[in-house]
Amino acid sequence: MISEKRRKIERSKRLSERIAFGVFRVMSLLVVGFLFVILGFIVIKGISVISWDFITKMPEDGMTKGGIYPAIIGTLYLIAGSMLFSFPIGVLSGIYINEYASNGWVVKFIRLMTNNLAGIPSIVFGLFGMSLFVNALGFGDSIIAGSLTLGLMTLPVVIRTTEEALKSVDNSFRHGSYALGASKLQTIRRVTLPIAYPNIITGLILSIGRVSGETAPILFTVAAYFLPKLPHSMFDQVMALPYHLYVLATSGTNIEESRPMAYGTALVLIMIVLFLNLMANALRRYFSKKVKMN
Amino acid sequence: MTRPFYKKLFEKIIEGILALSGSITSLAVLLIVIFLFKEGLGLFNRSPIAEGFVLAVNKNNPVSIIDSKTVKLIFDQEITNWESISGKKDTIILFRLEDINLYYTETQIGSNLENLPTCISRLTDSIPNIIAFIPQSYTKENFKGKVILPRNIKVGEFFGGKEWYPTAEPSAQFGVLPLLLGTLWVSLGAILLSLPLGLAVAIYMAEVAKPRVRNIFKPIIELLAGIPSVIYGFFGLVVIVPLIQSLFNLPVGETALAGSIILAIMALPTIITIAEDSIRTTPRSMKEASLALGASRWQTIYRIVLPYSISGITAAAILGIGRAVGETMAVLMVTGNAAVIPHSFLQPVRTIPATIAAELGESSQGGPHYQALFILGCILFILTLIINLTVEYISSRNKLAKR
Repeated sequence: MISEKRRKIERSKRLSERIAFGVFRVMSLLVVGFLFVILGFIVIKGISVISWDFITKMPEDGMTKGGIYPAIIGTLYLIAGSMLFSFPIGVLSGIYINEYASNGWVVKFIRLMTNNLAGIPSIVFGLFGMSLFVNALGFGDSIIAGSLTLGLMTLPVVIRTTEEALKSVDNSFRHGSYALGASKLQTIRRVTLPIAYPNIITGLILSIGRVSGETAPILFTVAAYFLPKLPHSMFDQVMALPYHLYVLATSGTNIEESRPMAYGTALVLIMIVLFLNLMANALRRYFSKKVKMN
Repeated sequence: MTRPFYKKLFEKIIEGILALSGSITSLAVLLIVIFLFKEGLGLFNRSPIAEGFVLAVNKNNPVSIIDSKTVKLIFDQEITNWESISGKKDTIILFRLEDINLYYTETQIGSNLENLPTCISRLTDSIPNIIAFIPQSYTKENFKGKVILPRNIKVGEFFGGKEWYPTAEPSAQFGVLPLLLGTLWVSLGAILLSLPLGLAVAIYMAEVAKPRVRNIFKPIIELLAGIPSVIYGFFGLVVIVPLIQSLFNLPVGETALAGSIILAIMALPTIITIAEDSIRTTPRSMKEASLALGASRWQTIYRIVLPYSISGITAAAILGIGRAVGETMAVLMVTGNAAVIPHSFLQPVRTIPATIAAELGESSQGGPHYQALFILGCILFILTLIINLTVEYISSRNKLAKR
């Protein structure tokens, strides 16, 4: 009698577990499927649009023909500009937090502020960039205003990855260096940073990926609706890939006819971003294996 | 052996530079606060009447001050009698510049409109129940009517207002309620969709899946986080919006539901990563104790692991909401952007970030519309700040408890 009851409980237990795990598995496959659906859709629709001309020509006929060359160049300028700003400052900041700031209160405060900065919506960065760089400092809609806004936005990513990278360096390296009579700065320059470099570079690549896809911060600081020429100085406006996609998709002069251009632009943009993310991933794996082997 | 002085100085200087860089994020947050509020707060010191225009009435009219809501109701002809705004008992006669032809012939006005100010002055003098919406410059010399002052935009009016018509004439309406509700509506919809899904994936990756499967899934979910929001928006626009339109037989597919679905997909990586990390912190000993008592793995998960990591899961949900609240481009592209108070998921809504993105380009710098958009930015900033600090608090309390 008892054993019969027990068998029943066991059976229901096993059944509920199987159902629950089955549901989890299906849901996970669903989520993973999202990526392939989105990617697949854009690749299938966009691949026929992509050609050498598409990448190297100016847009023509109300953006329904021609290419996206100025948008690609604009995005490259923005990446370069924002990284020139955020990479050095971010790395220095990460070094300070992990190696110098000994006071727990200071570190906690800086970390809190970094997290807050990371949580601010991109459109608020756009507002801020417009108010400070475009208007107050008088840069106007320009590469420099857009780069500074984007750079500020990616700062937390750089700081965090630098911090993580430095944290993963074993303390024995530092102690060894000190024991040889090296100063703190020498230790950081010659010992800690070289070990941490690969991971710091990973952070750099990730933030480039983020910069190349952001639209909201550049809406009012740099992005031009249609500008079929290349910039001459850092005070010029440029087109940028994500904004160009937005324009093509929603407010172009002829939305139906520029759809193929939109698919092509989306494909180029997604390829850039995915390539950067995959590269960062591969780098991280490669170096984590190497460190383990040592 | 002592180091030379200049070397020590050099190290000190470097340390100073490092400290300066360390403080940059704090400085940035501070600057953002200052600039947002500096640009926005002026809104509450100004009249909502279009720049360069005034409202004028007959000089015997007892009404001398009027608020923006009333102005709108009057010009929409929903208030038709002066009595209801504490004036004399008399119907209101509206006058806009284009109405001038009803009262004067073209020769009277003059071919270059040179007599227009005089005509209007005479009009306001002769019609006792008129309210005229006219350029300010016409009221300077020999004006026989009375200019009434519109009340400044009030904070309560801004937050409680149900109408967002920032470019309406004669009086702009800055009621933030439809936008605020639109934002919350879309974000809550997103979290309702993505939390169960994200939690399931997190449990699967942390407790059920083999390491090999996990090593495949994890990078894919990271890639999902890396896709730019404008691509999500584009995908939503060309795939999900038409789908919703035909599925529910709607006139337009741009709805709150479309926004929620896209935002749900976008919030998934955040939720999955944080929930999984938190589930992984459950001590092995607790799980083993449960299994040793004869519990199945699933029983262990929902009786031991989930209660243990509930604060981490809460943090994941809150951060997911934070991501959804601030998301701009994707929402702008798929929600249809109608600034009305939402009643169902199948109608267009407009969120705060989308409003800023759509309207800032058209507003004139320093004008009331521009300032109102900066106030929206402040609201967004404060919302996300609260969300961040809550998460920070939860995770710090968590660390203390688990120490």
